[in-house]
Amino acid sequence: MSALVELVDLSKRYGEAAALQPTNLEIARGKTTVLIGPSGCGKSTLLRLIIGLTTPDGGEILFNGDKIDIDAFRRRTGYVIQEGGLFPHLTARGNVLLMSRHLGKPEQESAARLRDLCQLTRFPDALLGRYPLELSGGQRQRVSLMRALMLSPELLLFDEPLGALDPLVRAGLQRDLKEIFARLHQTVLLVTHDLAEAAYLGDNIVLMNEGRIVQQGSIVDLRENPANEFVSEFINAQRAVLFA
Amino acid sequence: MKAFALLLLLASSAFAQPPVRVGSKKFTESYVLGEIAKRTLIEANIPAEHRQGMGGTIIVWQALRGGQIDAYPEYTGTIAQEILKRSDSLGFEEMANELEKVGIGMTEPLGFNNTYALVMRRDRAQSLGIRTISDLRYHDLKIGLTHEFLDRQDGWQPLARTYRLHPRNVIGIDHALGYAALKSGEIDVKDAYSTDAKISELDLVVLNDDENFFPRYDAVFLFRFEMPAQAIAALHKLEGTIDEQKMIRLNAEAERTKDYARAASLYFGDNARSTTTESLTHKITRWTIRHLQLAGVSLLLAIIVGIPLGIFASRGGAVGQLILGFAGIVQTIPSLALLALLVPLPYFGISARTAITALFLYGLLPIVRNTATGLQDIAQPIRDSATALGLEPGARLRKIYLPIASRSILGGIKTSAVINIGTATLAALIGAGGLGEPILSGLNLNDHATILQGAIPAAILALLVQWSFDLLDRILIPKGLRL
Ligand SMILES: Nc1ncnc2c1ncn2[C@@H]1O[C@H](COP(=O)(O)OP(=O)(O)OP(=O)(O)O)[C@@H](O)[C@H]1O
Ligand SMILES: [Mg+2]
Repeated sequence: MSALVELVDLSKRYGEAAALQPTNLEIARGKTTVLIGPSGCGKSTLLRLIIGLTTPDGGEILFNGDKIDIDAFRRRTGYVIQEGGLFPHLTARGNVLLMSRHLGKPEQESAARLRDLCQLTRFPDALLGRYPLELSGGQRQRVSLMRALMLSPELLLFDEPLGALDPLVRAGLQRDLKEIFARLHQTVLLVTHDLAEAAYLGDNIVLMNEGRIVQQGSIVDLRENPANEFVSEFINAQRAVLFA
Repeated sequence: MKAFALLLLLASSAFAQPPVRVGSKKFTESYVLGEIAKRTLIEANIPAEHRQGMGGTIIVWQALRGGQIDAYPEYTGTIAQEILKRSDSLGFEEMANELEKVGIGMTEPLGFNNTYALVMRRDRAQSLGIRTISDLRYHDLKIGLTHEFLDRQDGWQPLARTYRLHPRNVIGIDHALGYAALKSGEIDVKDAYSTDAKISELDLVVLNDDENFFPRYDAVFLFRFEMPAQAIAALHKLEGTIDEQKMIRLNAEAERTKDYARAASLYFGDNARSTTTESLTHKITRWTIRHLQLAGVSLLLAIIVGIPLGIFASRGGAVGQLILGFAGIVQTIPSLALLALLVPLPYFGISARTAITALFLYGLLPIVRNTATGLQDIAQPIRDSATALGLEPGARLRKIYLPIASRSILGGIKTSAVINIGTATLAALIGAGGLGEPILSGLNLNDHATILQGAIPAAILALLVQWSFDLLDRILIPKGLRL
């Protein structure tokens, strides 16, 4: 009963090509699960299946052991993507408060929550009135994170949230994310390309290749007991870049 | 909301129908006869209105049949050839009987025969020694004919056959412009009506119809039997009261003063006072208001219908293709042809309704297309974010997609508005009024000042619309999209 979300034989194909082979995965409550693997291996597909942006060809998704109602589920889930996906016609504040306003939550409550989130994500209050185009990439990701956190979701999904940022900003945000996840005991599923980031943030690292999960465990597990040739190659390749 | 109510009010006033509606074709004599009928009716205490210059025979005849007008002046030759489509010569009685079968009455002749004729400049005809139509056979001359004469069953084709003419240069040209071309020597021969004031004014000669080709064109009034009996009686009073000399004088007066009502008042013997003198500013205001009604109501309809259609079309698929395809095809129909296609349909006919419908159809494509592309251009990550947040489809459209596409949608509306302001000048062709009215009668009279009375306000209107939309952009397009 420690898994918040459970994928059972979940699969997806585009035409002839299988983007995701029938896959089983448990996303542990209160932990950060990181999906990693080469480009095109099906990481984004897996995330999009969970949030219902794509419909699966087979299998099912269980939330707290039950089948999900997608509309209700989406409101208990936050989703952050690489470029933030912020709405350009709304200010930072407008983006963050969009859903709580839509659901008719009391303004005062929302305003208080927004203040807390600004502190949590280290986003300057003064910039709340700016439009996405007036913010830096890092600031945009912080707004995107606030928007995802606004309704206190049980699950946070990230698809390469830091992919487009420069190394310094990226390192800063990684630290902040780790702290936020720990403080909120947040259940997180995060996609990254970067093994160091996976190692730093992930409690459980899930390595994928060609639409299937090849191995999962801690970074030490993957390094010490690679399941096959691919795993060791993948880990060594990233290390080679790191220490070249 | 207030603006909307105002538009509806304007629209409903545009549809209000006054009691007796006299129509006329698009040439001076028809205008004058229309004015005479209107004044005769009014003097008999019957409220009447004159729908000036609605177009050619078929359009005006259809309007009479369809009940959009109650009466209009016509010629016996035209009735036999064009309306009843009879090639044999038809007696007056037979003609009246045929018309009665379709519920249309005919007065006795008004007193003059305005037959078709071919005319030339006197100096040109004399130097070539041309006196009869047969003489044209021996010269290769430039012939400029009205489109109606070119197409008529009793027009150019059979005339050329009867006289065995094979000229190489035959062009179609507007009646009034044709006179200017004749005067400047760009054409040598044109068709005319034998009572045209221009014949004496420009010193033209009428070529002798030596083969007796042209039938008689006695002027009469056609009317609907459903018209009030006093109105019919009033029209009958006009019988035999206008001879050729008088008609030429009335036509000349109309062309000289550019005022048909005034020419008509000559008929009633009070040449000083005109019943409908209206100051120029008042007239321009009236035309402009009507113009704005036509363009505004049609634009409003195009927005109300076009945006939902654009939303459908943006989803792609067969229906989307169909919608964009249909709107695209409508746009390729020349505006004049679209009007002509709508006029014969039941419910439409000669009315503001038809003009508004045509303008509405024209305005549709830019709005539909811009709405569709504006929505389709929204990036996938934005769509994904909107969905993943848990917004319902309707809320996604309202709160996210439409605002993001607003620039494109407004652009489409602006294009439609400018097109409609321009195209609405054509509404005058079917008697729907607007700034096209002075343009049309100016063209008819070859009078530039009158043309400008319509053209300048229309151009200013287009500019104002452009400006007000630029202003509207700033108000309606969210600031975040204008950075
Ligand atoms: N909408 C789609 N239509 C067709 N094929 C798709 C679609 N989306 C993804 N695919 C294919 O499915 C496979 C998995 O794609 P996915 O986006 O999940 O990869 P990824 O692991 O996220 O890659 P990256 O690290 O580059 O983002 C790829 O081969 C991709 O080409
Ligand atoms: Mg991806």
